[in-house]
Amino acid sequence: MTIALKGDGVAEKLGDIFPGSVIGSDKAVVIVDSESLYKVAEYLKNADGFEFDYLANLTAVDYIDYFEIIYNLTSLKNNHSLVLKTRCYVRENPTVPSVVNLWRTADYQERETFDLFGIIFTGHPNLKRLFMWEGFDGHPLRRHYLYWLSEPSLLY
Amino acid sequence: MEIDRHEIDILETERIKRLKESSQLPISDPDSWLEEEVKRSIFLTTVDYIADWARSRSTFPLMFGLACCAFEMIGTAASRFDVTRYGMDIFRWSPRQADLMICAGTLTWKMAPAVKMIYDQMPEPKWVIAMGACAISGGTFRESYSVVPGINRIIPVDVYIPGCPPRPEGLIYGINKIQQKILKDSIKNYQ
Repeated sequence: MTIALKGDGVAEKLGDIFPGSVIGSDKAVVIVDSESLYKVAEYLKNADGFEFDYLANLTAVDYIDYFEIIYNLTSLKNNHSLVLKTRCYVRENPTVPSVVNLWRTADYQERETFDLFGIIFTGHPNLKRLFMWEGFDGHPLRRHYLYWLSEPSLLY
Repeated sequence: MEIDRHEIDILETERIKRLKESSQLPISDPDSWLEEEVKRSIFLTTVDYIADWARSRSTFPLMFGLACCAFEMIGTAASRFDVTRYGMDIFRWSPRQADLMICAGTLTWKMAPAVKMIYDQMPEPKWVIAMGACAISGGTFRESYSVVPGINRIIPVDVYIPGCPPRPEGLIYGINKIQQKILKDSIKNYQ
């Protein structure tokens, strides 16, 4: 069984090493500031005791006040997992640093998140749409995206 | 951060946009066979009957499973609900060799130009079965940003099989209906 690490314990350790980076933590998650995301992710990947070398999932959620970007990390060596989250309070062109240099699977996952939410990952080598076609207008999974108001003829 | 926009992406966008604009209204179904009383000469009737009987009992279906209804189609082709007894034992992968296209599953706008191209590549005479709620009208995903509301926007459909997914018996009923439709065809139409 892969042990899911408790967010509070990890948040304490991160708070010692990178002061001011942790915004909140729960029994299950660690929420980190978006500016210090790359440092924290690098530390979590390389440090003894953590060594998260497998990024299982990268998605986002649109709470109307902020976007929350979720990383599911797993360590194959130590057999534990962690949920890392970061928030972005900007609605126009939200930017978050990209973790492509740490985990290569983030390449396509970040393209998907950009396609569906509009979140821009700085440092990504090829950030273009993955599911929708190239000139598609808008980002479909945002809360305020209403398709049928723009093309009512296709509903009926 | 460089983004490489290949010409392929831009061409794909153009294709999808053109298809979307030209499919605002559904194509009307070729359903004149339901009421037709065809007056033909005795000789032509016999030849017609034999040709149609042969054609309907040996259609080559094109394997076009897009989503979950594909598994019901595969289940129909398996041993319990055999579809070989209707003459369709080889599901063709190439459209040039097929005459019946069973569209099973949800169609998205990104896949729509490919479906149109494959339908155009099938030689006459050809028939289309729309299997499942998503192929008939978009189903539960009708209001989505990426789903085509029914494949009859793009290609003309002969038989609709409702269900989500339709049971194999439902698909076999649809195949019976298409066999009845082919029997009413006339070889005069394909001169």
